[in-house]
Amino acid sequence: MRMILTGNYCAAHGAKLSRAKVVAAYPITPQTTIVEKIASMVATGEYDAQYVPVESEHSAMAACIAAEMAGSRAFTATSSHGLAYMHEMLHWASGQRVPVVMPVVNRAIGPPWNIWVEHTDALSQRDTGWMQIFCESNQELLDTVIMAYKIAEDRRVLLPAMINVDAFYLSHTLENVDVPDQDKVDSFLPPYSIPFKLDVDDPLGFGHLIMPDGWMELRWEIERSMVRARKVIEEVQTEFNEVFGRSYSSIEPYRCEGAERVVVGMGTMTSTAKDAIDALRRKGERVGLIKMRTFRPFPGDEIVQLLDREGIERVGVMDRSTSFGSDSPLYGEIKSALYGRSDVMINGYVIGLGGREIKVDDVASILKDLEVGERGRVKWWGLKIEGESGDEMKSEAKHGPD
Amino acid sequence: MGLTERLTIPEEEFVYSGHTACGGCGGALAMRIALKALGPRTILVLPACCWAVIPGVLPATCLSVPVLSIGFAATGAAVSGIEASLKAQGIDDVTVVGWAGDGGTADIGIQSLSGAVERGHDFIYFCYDNEAYMNTGIQRSGATPSGAVTTTTPARKREEKKDMVEIMVAHHIPYAATASLAYPEDMIKKITRARSIKGPKYIHVLSPCPPGWRYPSEKTVEIARKAVMSRIFPLYSVEGGKYEIQRRNIKKIPVGDYLKMQGRFKLSEEDRAEIQKKVDENWESLLAKEGTA
Ligand SMILES: Cc1ncc(C[n+]2csc(CCOP(=O)(O)OP(=O)(O)O)c2C)c(N)n1
Ligand SMILES: [Mg+2]
Repeated sequence: MRMILTGNYCAAHGAKLSRAKVVAAYPITPQTTIVEKIASMVATGEYDAQYVPVESEHSAMAACIAAEMAGSRAFTATSSHGLAYMHEMLHWASGQRVPVVMPVVNRAIGPPWNIWVEHTDALSQRDTGWMQIFCESNQELLDTVIMAYKIAEDRRVLLPAMINVDAFYLSHTLENVDVPDQDKVDSFLPPYSIPFKLDVDDPLGFGHLIMPDGWMELRWEIERSMVRARKVIEEVQTEFNEVFGRSYSSIEPYRCEGAERVVVGMGTMTSTAKDAIDALRRKGERVGLIKMRTFRPFPGDEIVQLLDREGIERVGVMDRSTSFGSDSPLYGEIKSALYGRSDVMINGYVIGLGGREIKVDDVASILKDLEVGERGRVKWWGLKIEGESGDEMKSEAKHGPD
Repeated sequence: MGLTERLTIPEEEFVYSGHTACGGCGGALAMRIALKALGPRTILVLPACCWAVIPGVLPATCLSVPVLSIGFAATGAAVSGIEASLKAQGIDDVTVVGWAGDGGTADIGIQSLSGAVERGHDFIYFCYDNEAYMNTGIQRSGATPSGAVTTTTPARKREEKKDMVEIMVAHHIPYAATASLAYPEDMIKKITRARSIKGPKYIHVLSPCPPGWRYPSEKTVEIARKAVMSRIFPLYSVEGGKYEIQRRNIKKIPVGDYLKMQGRFKLSEEDRAEIQKKVDENWESLLAKEGTA
C-alpha cells in the first residue's frame, strides 16, 4: 500500500509489520513521534503489542533485552543522549546475544544542546557489538526494520541491530512510501524464536560470573557472528529485493563505472552527493559515489574490491561525525581496510555536523579538492574559522556544477 | 501457633549446594527461604551485587530457577520487560522476581524500580539489605545506617538510612513488607501473600553480612533476630496502604544489644542512646501509622 509517511512513522510501521510484541521506549527529539505513533497504534488495537513506557533509555534497552530473553520480539528507538544513556545496556544486549532491533535517529550530542543531525551518537557505539545500518530514505528505513529482524535473529548471527536515520531529513520529512502487505512480511520474516530463553520448564541461568578462561571464547563467538553477519545481510537483502522489488546491498556504488574520483558517505548526504555527481558527470567529470549502508559489520573487503574493479584513484570520505584527536570514524575505517591492499589516495572530510546543511556545492568542492588539494588528511569542510577550514577549494567551487 | 507456622516451610530446595557466598551470608539464606515460598515457576532477575556471583561460575549455577543477570541499575526495567513479554505470550502462571542488594535498590537502581512500580507491572521485588556495597568491599550505600563504619565512611556514616519501604508506600504499591531470615515463617507467609496480589510487591529483607558487619559467621540468625527484637528493624507489612506490625509482642531488647555484636559500630554510650531514641521514635511512628499508637 502506498502511504505518505515520515521516517518516524516508517519506523513505527516497521515495528508493527515485524510483529514486535514488546515495545519499551523513552521519548527524545527527534525520535518522539516513533513512540507516539506506536503508543497510539497499540491503544487503538491496530497494533498488538505490550507498550512499556519506561522511565529512561537505560531501562528501555534493559526491558527489551529481558523481553527477548523471555520469548518475545522487542523494539525500541532512541537518539543522541538517549543512545549514550543506554550505552551499558548496548553491551549487555550483544553480550547476552539478544537480536533486538532499534532505529536511532541520528542527532548531535551536547552540550550545548543540539537536536539536529550528526552520526557521532551511533558511531561512538561502534564497539558495542551491534550491527549498524544507515538509511538514505524513509522507504529504506521501513524495509530495513523488517530485514534487520531477519538478519539479527538468524542463528548464524544472534546480535542486535541499530538502524541509523538522519534527524529531521528523514525522521520528520514526508515521503511516498510503499508499505508492504502484512501477509508478505509474515512469509518473509518468521515468528520470533531464539535458541535459548528464560523458561521455568527448562531453567537456565544467564549472565552471571565467568572466569578469564572462558571469556575470550565468548567474545570470539561474537566476532565470528559479526563476520558471518556480512553474508547473512547480503542474503537477506537479496531475498528482500526479490520479494519486495527493491535493490539494497551493503555498499551501493553510484556511477562508479570508470570513475577516477569518488566520495563515500552514509545517510541522506548520499542523495545530495548523487545530485552533485549527476551534474559533474554531465560536464564530463569521472566521478562517483559509494553509499555505505552497513557500518558494522564493516564491508571493508567489498570496498577494496570495488575500488580495484573500477580503477578508482581518489577517495573522499565524508564523515558526519568526529573522533576528536584521530581520524574521523568512517575515514579511519576505510583507510584501515585499504592498508596494504590498495594505494588509492584517500582524504577525510568532516562535514555537516550538528545539522549544518550539506549542499550539492559541498560535495562538488570535495570532489574538486580530491583532484587538486592536499592529500591524506582530515579536513573540516565548511568551518567558519578563517584559515582553519580544510576547504580551500570551496571558494573555487562556489558556483558548483551547473 | 509458632509450631504450626513452622510446619508450613516447604522442604524442597531451590538453592543447591556449591554456591560461592561467604560462610554465614544472610543474603544466601534469604534467597534459600524466599525460593521455597516462590516455587519453581519463578523467573529471577539479578543485577550486580553479591548475588550476581553467588550462583557460581558459568556454566554452573546453584539456582534451579531461570535467572537473567542484568546491569546494576536495571532490575526494575528487566522485570518490566519479562512481565510484558510473558503477557504478550499469554503466560500468567509465572512469578517474575527482582532480587537486588540495598545499593541496587536504594541507590543506582531506585529509578528503574520506581518506574516499574509506578507502571504497575506484576512482579515481586526483593531487596536483600546488607546495608552497604558488599560485593565491591563494604562501601556505604543509601541504606547504610548512621553510625556504621564502611570503607568509604571510615569514621562512620553520619546520615540516616533511606527508608525504602516508605518510598515504596509513597508509590501506592499494593503490597510492601519487611522480612527477616530469623523469622522464616513470617517471611514465607509474606511472600505467599505477595504472590496472591496482582501488581508490584516489595519485600525488604535485612541480611546480616559477617565480613561487612564484622561478626563471627555463626551469629547471622541471632543478629537478624536481635534487629527485630530491638525494633531497629521491625517486621511489618503495608497492604493497600494499611499498616500491620508482625511479632509485636516479642521481648523488646535495647538496641545496644544488637549494635554491640557488630564490629562496624564503634559507638560511645551517648551514640547508642541517640540511636535508641531514634528507634523508639520510629516505633511510635509505625504504631501511629498502624493506628495503634
Ligand atoms: C554501573 C555499575 N556501577 C558499579 C558497579 C560495581 N558494583 C558491583 S556490585 C556493587 C555494589 C552492590 O551493592 P548492593 O547492591 O548493596 O549489593 P551487595 O553487593 O551488597 O550484595 C557495585 C558498586 C557495577 N557493576 N555497575
Ligand atoms: Mg548491599
